[in-house]
Amino acid sequence: MSKKPSAIADKKAESAVKATDYALAPINASLSPTQRIELYRTMLRIRRFEERSLRAYQGKNSTGGTNIGGFLHLYIGQEAVAVGCCSLMGKNDHVITAYRDHGHAIAVGMDTKPLMAELFGKITGCSKGKGGSMHYFAPDKNFWGGHGIVGGQIPLGTGLAYALKYQGKKGAAMAFMGDGAVNQGAVHEAYNLASLWNLPVVFVIENNGYSMGTSQERSSAGELAKRAEGYDMAWGQCNGHDVYEVRATMDKHLTLAREKSRPSTVEIDTYRYRGHSVADPDNTYRTKAEVEEYRNNKDPIQVSLHKLLAEGVLTEALVEKIDAEARAEAESAAEFADASPYPTPDDIQKDVYWESDHPSERKSEGRLFFD
Amino acid sequence: MPQITYREAIRHALAEELTRDPNVVVMGEEVAQFNGAYKVTEGLLAKFGPTRIVDTPISEAGFIGLGVGASMLGIRPVMELMFWSFYSVAFDQILNNAANVRYMSGGQINCPIVIRGPANGGTNVGATHSHTPENVLANHPGVKVVVPATAYDAKGLLKSAIRDNDPVFFLENTILYGDKGEVPEGEYVIPLGKADVKRVGQDITIVTYGRCVIHSLKAAEVLEKEHRISVEVIDLRTIRPLDFDTVLASVKKTNRVLIVEEQKPFASVGTQLAYMIQREAFDDLDGPIHRLATVDAPAIYSPPVETEQLPNPGRVIKAVLAAMA
Ligand SMILES: Cc1ncc(C[n+]2csc(CCOP(=O)(O)OP(=O)(O)O)c2C)c(N)n1
Ligand SMILES: [Mg+2]
Repeated sequence: MSKKPSAIADKKAESAVKATDYALAPINASLSPTQRIELYRTMLRIRRFEERSLRAYQGKNSTGGTNIGGFLHLYIGQEAVAVGCCSLMGKNDHVITAYRDHGHAIAVGMDTKPLMAELFGKITGCSKGKGGSMHYFAPDKNFWGGHGIVGGQIPLGTGLAYALKYQGKKGAAMAFMGDGAVNQGAVHEAYNLASLWNLPVVFVIENNGYSMGTSQERSSAGELAKRAEGYDMAWGQCNGHDVYEVRATMDKHLTLAREKSRPSTVEIDTYRYRGHSVADPDNTYRTKAEVEEYRNNKDPIQVSLHKLLAEGVLTEALVEKIDAEARAEAESAAEFADASPYPTPDDIQKDVYWESDHPSERKSEGRLFFD
Repeated sequence: MPQITYREAIRHALAEELTRDPNVVVMGEEVAQFNGAYKVTEGLLAKFGPTRIVDTPISEAGFIGLGVGASMLGIRPVMELMFWSFYSVAFDQILNNAANVRYMSGGQINCPIVIRGPANGGTNVGATHSHTPENVLANHPGVKVVVPATAYDAKGLLKSAIRDNDPVFFLENTILYGDKGEVPEGEYVIPLGKADVKRVGQDITIVTYGRCVIHSLKAAEVLEKEHRISVEVIDLRTIRPLDFDTVLASVKKTNRVLIVEEQKPFASVGTQLAYMIQREAFDDLDGPIHRLATVDAPAIYSPPVETEQLPNPGRVIKAVLAAMA
């Protein structure tokens, strides 16, 4: 990967040596066999969901039309990050992320049927077909999107942490962004506010090496997480292909937020196998060998599988069963999405204003909509 | 009734709502210790303490975005922009995040934020500090836009804005901050989206809002005395939602319209009004719809010339005479 060498590379080598230790970290050692399997299962469910969504994107529906429009940013290769982080959530912990949000949505526990339906633009989608792939939301699962503007969600995540603190709740907000997002001014404004006001937020940089077709070394000066130092914030780095390592690292940062109400930044090294979005031919900025090298050696699902087999937690038979279930789930999500109705033109102007959706409680007067 | 300033009226609204609802937080640059760049929030820190009245760094994108996020979890932030002109550095937070989050979540998330501050020219601070973005803001479905002209309206409308479950953008005026008006002691609210007939007349309707209401009322007096023209002045008070019925009723009565606005002409609030008036009252019009706006250039600094760039009573009089000709 064409990332900055030096400190990151050293850290990686170091953590590779210690990789096996992460299973022994208290936060992981305490996991029951069932919980370990659940981590694996969730990663696999994300993978199968996205593979199915890609097939739907490339295919046509029964009337020859498009199944999925616009952008589809796949998370394939990065699953251990969202699953590791979200597996640590307590009832007062919250998540917000960018447009590459399918993994986080599934990891916080959203049902895959409305997620697939959202991609298909159906009224049964999690956002009623109004948000699309980039704009999943589930406030009931403490999941606040799904945001399309690079870095724009980071002040919002900081605001979630502000609200927690204001309301005296002991929790943390995890605000996810890509490696490209660290170059957005809004991110830095949020860093400063979070540190200045002691807000319980963890800024998670999912460093997959590229922002679209631009490598880290062509876009960012210095180490990404280290920018936190300028704001007097703690920072850390870890590998993102081992769900145990993600959990062990994030646990420390979440504890800092929950217990000490201090923000911090974590840079998690990861990789996406697919193009930036489905529209990216993926042939201008990296080699096939680079993708293969990650896929073969650091695939988060394979890494987890091998560990669980070695631990004796999983058996071959169980592995097949879990995979069959994940594929069936993705398939039935696609069937549900396909069979669901689209919103009607009447739905276009619903969900715009709280007041127009609650006419009997409306206090304002006059026209809210124009033609 | 006691006479208080427009500034005090806004302050009273803030204080009353801070007292009423513990989720209300006032935030912005210099709002607390410094007592407000324009002294609107004077004394609030002493009364409500630093948890409720919060000084921010100069980070409009950061703190407004933070307010949007906090509002999703039930806080009711009232954010002060030292000037609305600075909305440009927080544009994404205001018009992508606040305006869209309810829609894109299929109605699952509310954003009960208020962003308030002055938005006006006429103070010789040049083009960067003289923007009037109500048309830009109101172009975004999901938001509400309020532009009060008097102390009474400012107080009643701000209280409604703070209680509203949708994002409300409240545009004040530095030149009006010192203007006194009658404001009752007791509690009252003015619903958003309700225009006010500030002067009843028969010959022509002026549709206006903000400081142009004051200009129009002054002009109307002169027109009455010197030209025997009876002018009706309608103060929209809220741009979105828009009380078009009041406009329509007046146009049907007077059959002539002049729109007066402190906006640049292209795609302004007045442009939208003109479209609606011709669409819904075409047969009632005795002449074309007239419009007086700011002279179409960035805000000039030169003090005597800036006065002429903006609508003013003299320009309103001329525009009415042209419309009556
Ligand atoms: C403000 C803004 N500029 C540009 C884009 C277009 N864009 C979408 S994703 C992207 C790359 C972002 O990369 P990164 O932050 O590393 O996240 P990743 O896609 O790798 O998850 C760009 C340039 C955008 N959505 N928003
Ligand atoms: Mg990236």
